[in-house]
Amino acid sequence: MTGQQDIKIKVRNLTKSYGDIIVLERVSIEVVSGSFCTIVGASGCGKSTFLRMLLSQEHPTTGEILIDDKVLPREPTPDRGIVFQRSSVFPHLTVEDNLILASEFADHGFSARKFGAARNDSRDAVTETLETIGLAPARKRYPAQLSGGMQQRLAIAQALLKKPDVLLLDEPFGALDPGIRLDMHDLLLSLWQERGMTVFMVTHDIQEAFKLGTRLLVFDKTRHDPHAPEGFGATITYDLPLKNGDGQDLPDPSALFAQPADQDIGANHA
Amino acid sequence: MRLINRRPSRATAFALAAIPFAATVIAYAVASHFRRQENPADKLLPSLEQMLGTFWRMAFVPERRSGDLVLWVDTVDSLWRLGLGMGVATSFALIIGLLIGFIPHARAVLSPYIAAISLIPPITILPILFIMVGLGEASKIMLVALGTAPVMTRATAQAVMNIPRELVIKAQTLGASTWQMMTRVVLPQVLPQLVTAVRLGLVPAWIFLISAEAIASTSGLGYRIFLVRRFLAMDVILPYVVWITLLAYLLDRFLLFISRRAFPWAHLQGESL
Repeated sequence: MTGQQDIKIKVRNLTKSYGDIIVLERVSIEVVSGSFCTIVGASGCGKSTFLRMLLSQEHPTTGEILIDDKVLPREPTPDRGIVFQRSSVFPHLTVEDNLILASEFADHGFSARKFGAARNDSRDAVTETLETIGLAPARKRYPAQLSGGMQQRLAIAQALLKKPDVLLLDEPFGALDPGIRLDMHDLLLSLWQERGMTVFMVTHDIQEAFKLGTRLLVFDKTRHDPHAPEGFGATITYDLPLKNGDGQDLPDPSALFAQPADQDIGANHA
Repeated sequence: MRLINRRPSRATAFALAAIPFAATVIAYAVASHFRRQENPADKLLPSLEQMLGTFWRMAFVPERRSGDLVLWVDTVDSLWRLGLGMGVATSFALIIGLLIGFIPHARAVLSPYIAAISLIPPITILPILFIMVGLGEASKIMLVALGTAPVMTRATAQAVMNIPRELVIKAQTLGASTWQMMTRVVLPQVLPQLVTAVRLGLVPAWIFLISAEAIASTSGLGYRIFLVRRFLAMDVILPYVVWITLLAYLLDRFLLFISRRAFPWAHLQGESL
């Protein structure tokens, strides 16, 4: 990969606790610009919490996260895009209006709304994006009228509108059928190769993590106190460089952490 | 097939819906018939024809003294008070509800206050209003507004807080300011719920309106039925009650229709009443 000076994200000795419950402890990593980090771990291991801290939706209890050597702002900013498992697109806006919203925010501070010709121009301008994500025929529909896969394609396109340097994905394909997932992988990889942003993706599916990532981060607890199960937090137990698209010489997924991902069906609320 | 999987056709559903209404009318007609058979001058259960005649007279024959068409004067006055009161309450509920639901500091200031205010039985405020603003229109409008606004405000604030956190985060990553999120993300998603809050608020609003009119007024639907109560004029009271119910029903359906037209995205899933 690129040189030492290209470090995008630095995490230094990060801890996150809610009262007595320690979720994460001693997390330290450096991630070079343009990496595709996939994050796996057992349910409740704090991987989604880690992602939310990268987004500034939550804040570290101790330690710090640096982006381009600066401490993360205290609130979400346009340089970090996000795709959630669900509820990431605006239900009251049609597909094309979901995609012009960011430009409306930028161009019209007070009304945050475009009218007439300006709006039509903006709507025409997203046609290319709509074709990339295969939603051109559905541009006038509301999200509730789209399938789960179509909604997530829209969510990814929307997250990239502000051309973020960092794209965060929280189990984005967790609710999709296997066939649709493969299409989504292709879309995501092509967008990543085109834009070159740094990606963090939390997933339950360890095959998906191996397939997409250039770097695999496994979160797990290293210390257990049977009398206080919440007394110790999870940390990064494996940090594996992956060659994208090449699944060779990799350890057995089931050996990476105690609870196999396959048994972990449904949403992760960690 | 199981009972829960058997659905009536449109025509059947209509016929089924008519049964309880028809049964009520028939039961009334029979009871009225037997009472009048015993005493032709009975005032408690007047015949359907007599009520229809009285209603017709109130709607289309000018009153001898004032020359007014009493039904329409009453209806317009009452709807005006109701509409103005609900308009004030709705505006208040929308603005304060948005602030409480979306801005944590506004919530800290206003939420306990609104919660406390909403527990005051509104009718106890009526004498205060009569003393402070007099017996005119203002006291009735204010009673309707004060009686419905706190609950509608809390419903609106809750609707704002029920907007998925993900959407608010997403809007911030798209560069939205607080004001822009309020106008483009929160407000449009709350408006359908505000319509629902208005529909539910109309139920107590009618109660407050009729009460205020009954106590101090010179016109209005509530004034009329409490006025003629002194003469046991059931042939006026019963049609008026039916008329008020019909108005309330039409208002409710109208609001639902507006909501479906204006917010099609909010009615895409599930059945609603």
